[in-house]
Parts: sequence; structure tokens; C-alpha cells
Amino acid sequence: MKWDNTGLKTAEARVSGLGSAKSGTHHWIHQRLTAVANIPLVLWLVWSICTHDFTSYLVFDGWISQPVNAILLILFVISAFYHAVLGTQVVVEDYVHNEPLKIIKLLSHRLIYIGLAVACIFSILKLAFT
Amino acid sequence: MFVVGIKWQNPQSLSCQHDIIGLNYFVIMSSKTSKRPLSPHLQVYKPQLTSMMSILHRMTGIANTIGLLLFAWWMIAAASGIESYATFTSFMTSGLGMFLLFGWTASVFYHLCNGMRHLFWDSGRLFKLKNAYMAGYIVLIASALLTLIVWIS
Repeated sequence: MKWDNTGLKTAEARVSGLGSAKSGTHHWIHQRLTAVANIPLVLWLVWSICTHDFTSYLVFDGWISQPVNAILLILFVISAFYHAVLGTQVVVEDYVHNEPLKIIKLLSHRLIYIGLAVACIFSILKLAFT
Repeated sequence: MFVVGIKWQNPQSLSCQHDIIGLNYFVIMSSKTSKRPLSPHLQVYKPQLTSMMSILHRMTGIANTIGLLLFAWWMIAAASGIESYATFTSFMTSGLGMFLLFGWTASVFYHLCNGMRHLFWDSGRLFKLKNAYMAGYIVLIASALLTLIVWIS
């Protein structure tokens, strides 16, 4: 571990790259940015689900073919999935203390959610353009 | 099991001698890197509205993340064609599907309302204890009301 090395290194050299010397502010700001974006997007999505009968494929297909709905849906996917990755990252960092396990969990979360977000966006575009 | 081993090897390094259940993991895990005694932790505090709501914010956050999988299924099923969409809707209109959907609605609204409370704190407001509690009650009432409105109408 880096912090066990107390030899001839300076204090700054020992801590650089650890903890807050990385990208905490960037993470914090992006979490807030996506949180603010999620408020109207989630309310819009819930409202849309309530006012349409999406159990019918034709209704859903007609709804998603409208550019406004497809665009807002893609924005929701980007904002919500990014917010989910940032949030689960904090939870994993707080509760998982085994370093290799932590890296594996963080990486797999990211890859799964990036993959799903791309699949969602592709699906929305496919429905919107056909 | 790994954690239990550490407790028995260095019992004197722990300020807490409680049984290892749930949240006590914090205390024991921290002693892995440091042999120094620790100050009293979560288990000595009485549950309060503020701390419970904070934990609930995380729990609903995780629930919403799982709910996104359901959303992904919705989108992918729709793009795959009318038959896979029928499979999705028949699940969502089943008892289990409706139960999950209701839980997700409540979870999303709680996280949304309490998230706004957090955004107020981030802007430096509502820090007085009285205000933090008042906003907490508003969040609970608002999220319950929003969930009811969605499910009644």
C-alpha cells in the first residue's frame, strides 16, 4: 500500500493520487448536475406513463415516434444512468473495503450501465426512425 | 467470515464489543488498517428522522438503479418487436409487476423529493435543526402524496 511507504518520500508524494487528490469535485458537480436534470425528466416520464396506455404497442410506438418524446427519453437515459453510476460508486466506495473487489465492482457497474444506456438509446432511435 | 477473524485476533483494538450485526461492520473494518481505538459509532446512537431519511435516500437510490434495469427491458423489448413487447407488458401488468412498479414509484418520488432537500443543503440553506426536520416531514408527505396521485388517477 502506498501509505505504508514512509521512507524518503515527501508528505505530498505519499498522498498524491489518493483520496481527494483525485477527482472528488468533478464527481460531486456531475452528481448534482444530473440530479437537477433528473427532476423534470422523471416527472415528465411519470406523467407520460400516466396519461398514455403503453400496454398497447401501437400507442407506445406512436408516442416514441414523436421527436420531442424520443429526445427527452434519450436525455433521461443519459442523465439517469450517469446519476445511477455516480451514486452506486459512492455506495461501493463507502462499504466495500477490499481493494481488488472494490475495483471489480466499480468497473462492472460502469460497464453494465454504459452498455445498457447505449442499448436503450439505440432502441429509442430505432423506434423513432422506423 | 474474514471480518470475524479480525475481531477475534485483536479484540482490544475495538472500542465496540457488540456482536457483529449489520452496521457494526464499519467499526470492525476500519480497524483493519489502524490498530488505534475508535470512537463510538452508529450503534450507540438512537435512530432519528434525519439519520433514517439519510439511509433511506441511499436505499431508494439503489432501488431506483435496479428499476433502471426494468426501464432498459422496456426500451429493448419495444425495439425488438411486438411479441417481446407483449411479454414485457404481460409481466408489468401481473401482480408482481404491479408490485414492483408501485415500489419503484414510491422509491423514485422519495429519492426525488429528498434529493431536492439535499440540493437545498448544498446551496447552504435549511441547516438549522428545526428546518432540517421540517423539510424532512415535507419530503415524506410530498413523496407519499405524489405516489398516491399517480396510483389513484
